[in-house]
Amino acid sequence: MEHVSPVREPLIHGDKSLHDVTNDIVRHVESKPTMTWFLAMSVSLTLLGIGAVALFLLFWEGIGMWGLNKTVGWAWDITNFVWWVGIGHAGTLISAILLLFRQRWRMSINRAAEAMTIFAVLCAALFPLIHMGRPWLGFYWIFPLPNTWGSLWSNFHSPLVWDAFAITTYFTVSLVFWYIGLIPDFATIRDRAKNKISKAVYGALSFGWDGAARTWSRFESVSLILAGLATPLVLSVHTIVSFDFATSVIPGWHTTIFPPYFVAGAVFSGFAMVLTLLIITRKVYKLEQYITITHIEYMNYIIIVTGSIVGVAYLTELFMAWYSGVKFEQFAFFNRVSGPYAWAYWIMMTCNVISPQLFWIDKIRKSLVATFILSIVVNIGMWFERFVIIVTSLHRDYLPSSWAMFYPTLTDIGTYVLTFGLFFTLFFLFAKFFPVINMAEVKSILGTYSSKAIAAQETGKKSEKIEA
Amino acid sequence: MESEKNYIVGIFDNEHHLLHGVKGIRQAGVKIQEVFTPYPVHGLDEELGYKRSKLPIAAFMFGALGTSLALLMQIWMMGFDWPMIVGGKNYIALPSFIPVTFELTVLLAALGMVGVFMVVSDLKPYKKVKTFDIRSTDDKFVMAVDLATNKLEKNQITKILSDNHATEVYYKEFE
Repeated sequence: MEHVSPVREPLIHGDKSLHDVTNDIVRHVESKPTMTWFLAMSVSLTLLGIGAVALFLLFWEGIGMWGLNKTVGWAWDITNFVWWVGIGHAGTLISAILLLFRQRWRMSINRAAEAMTIFAVLCAALFPLIHMGRPWLGFYWIFPLPNTWGSLWSNFHSPLVWDAFAITTYFTVSLVFWYIGLIPDFATIRDRAKNKISKAVYGALSFGWDGAARTWSRFESVSLILAGLATPLVLSVHTIVSFDFATSVIPGWHTTIFPPYFVAGAVFSGFAMVLTLLIITRKVYKLEQYITITHIEYMNYIIIVTGSIVGVAYLTELFMAWYSGVKFEQFAFFNRVSGPYAWAYWIMMTCNVISPQLFWIDKIRKSLVATFILSIVVNIGMWFERFVIIVTSLHRDYLPSSWAMFYPTLTDIGTYVLTFGLFFTLFFLFAKFFPVINMAEVKSILGTYSSKAIAAQETGKKSEKIEA
Repeated sequence: MESEKNYIVGIFDNEHHLLHGVKGIRQAGVKIQEVFTPYPVHGLDEELGYKRSKLPIAAFMFGALGTSLALLMQIWMMGFDWPMIVGGKNYIALPSFIPVTFELTVLLAALGMVGVFMVVSDLKPYKKVKTFDIRSTDDKFVMAVDLATNKLEKNQITKILSDNHATEVYYKEFE
C-alpha cells in the first residue's frame, strides 16, 4: 500500500509503534501539572491581571486612555489587531492548504498551530471591540441586527463591516475544523482515563466517538471539504484586513498590492509564532521525535519564501510611490524612510527583509537556537511593519498644521500585555489538557516510516527495501 | 433484556492484515457489522462496500443557501429597506457585497456540513459509547460481527476470522 522511500528521512523518528504514539502524546494530559507549568501559568495570569486593569480603565474612562489624538486615530490598537490576526494565519494554512497539497509533515504540527490560530484571532478581535468605545452597542454598528433606529442597517459598502464578517467566520470555521480533528483524540484519552472526572469530561468532549469505519470515512470527507473551504477563507481574511487600509484615500494605504502583500506577511509572522511556540513545546514535552529538525526546516523554507515576498512588496511600494508621480504618495514614503519614524521603518526592514534571508544558510536553518531567535525577530519586525503602515501614514497628513506624533500611554501597553496574558493562558491550558499532537493522523503515517509498523505489516513479505 | 445482542469480535494488529482480512471474511460470506480503527484506514470503506459519503452535497447546498441569503439580505437592506448613498456608489453595488457574501457562503457551508456530519454519525456530547474493545482507539483494529444478522454458526465465524489474520477472536454480549 504505502510507498517506502529509501531516500527521504522519516517524518517521525524513534521507530514508534501505534501504542508508543498514544503513550507519548497522552502522557502529559494524564500526568499531574508540573512545577514549570504552574510557573508559566502564573506568569501569564499575572499579565492577564495587569491587562485587566487597563481594560477596566478603557471601559470606565473611555478610549481617551489610549495615546490616540486627532491626527493619529489608529495606532497601537489597530497595529496589535493586524499583528494578532496575521499570527492567526499559520494554523489554518498548515492544516488546510498543506492538507490539500498532501504534505504529511503538517501532521505533527497542525494541532498546536491551529490552537495558536484560534487564540491569536481571539486576541485580535479584542482590539476593534475595545476601539468601538461602547462594545455593548458595537454589535449593532457592525452586524445587521434589528434596532430602534429604523432599523438602520450596517453599511455593507464599508470594509470594516466586511472585516467583522471575515474575522468571525474565520474564527468559527477554524474552531470547528480544530475541534473535529480533536474528537478522535479525545476518545483515545477517554478510553484510557482512570478516574471518573476525566472519563466524564473527555467522554463528553469526544462526542461518543467510537472510530467506526463509516464515521472515519465521513470524517475524511468532512476534513477535506473543510480544508477546501478554509483555504480561500485564510487568504480572504487578511485580504479583507488589508481592504481596511487599501480602500481609503490615505497616501501609503491606497495601494493595490496590499492584499497579496498582507497575506504573505501574515503567513510569515504566523509561521514565526508557530516556530517560537513549538520549539519550546517539543523541548518541554520531549516531543523531539515527532517535531523533528526536518519539520523546523520545512517551516523555515516557508519563512524564506514569504519573507522574500514581503521584501519585494516593500521595494515595490517605494518604487510605485516614486513612479506614480503623486506628490502626497511620494511624501508619505519619503517620510517613512527618513522622517521621525524612520527608526521604526529600518527596524522593520532589518527584521523582515534581512533576517529571514539568513535561513539560506544550512546551519542556521537547521539550528534550533538560531531559528528560535529569528522567529522572535521576525515577529518584532512584523509588529513594526503594521506600526509603520498605520502610524507613519497618518501622523503627517495633507494638512501640515495638524501633523502630530503618537506616544503610547500605559494603557496602550496594558492592552497589549492583556492579549499576551490571554494568549499564553489559553495556550498553556491547551498544552496541559489537550493532546498537542494529532495522534490519529500521526498514527496513519507511521506505516510509511516506522520499521516496527512496517515489520508488522510486511510479516511474510521480504523487507530488503526498508533496509536499503 | 429484549435487545440482547451477541457479537463475535475480531482483533487485527495492523491495517494491512485488516484490509486483507476484511476481503477474505466478506468473501467467506460473513456479514461485518462494523470495523473500529484508531485512525482512518484508506481503502477500508471500499473493502467494506460502503458507498461514498454524500456530505459534499450537503456542503454545497448549505453553501448555496449562504450565498443566496447573504445577497438577498444585503440587496434588501441597502437597496430597499433603507437606501443610502455611500461613497457615490449605487444603492445595490454588487462588488461591495462580494466579501460578505463569500464569508457567509463559507460559514454556512462549513457549519451546515459539520452539523449534518454530527447528526448522521450520531455524535453528541452525552452519547454512551458502545465499546467492543477499548484498544480500538489506541492501537488495535477491531471487527464486530453481529450474530443475529449472520446465518453462519458462532464457531464457523470464529474460524473464518482467525484464518483471515485476526490475532484474537472472542464472543461478546451486550445488554
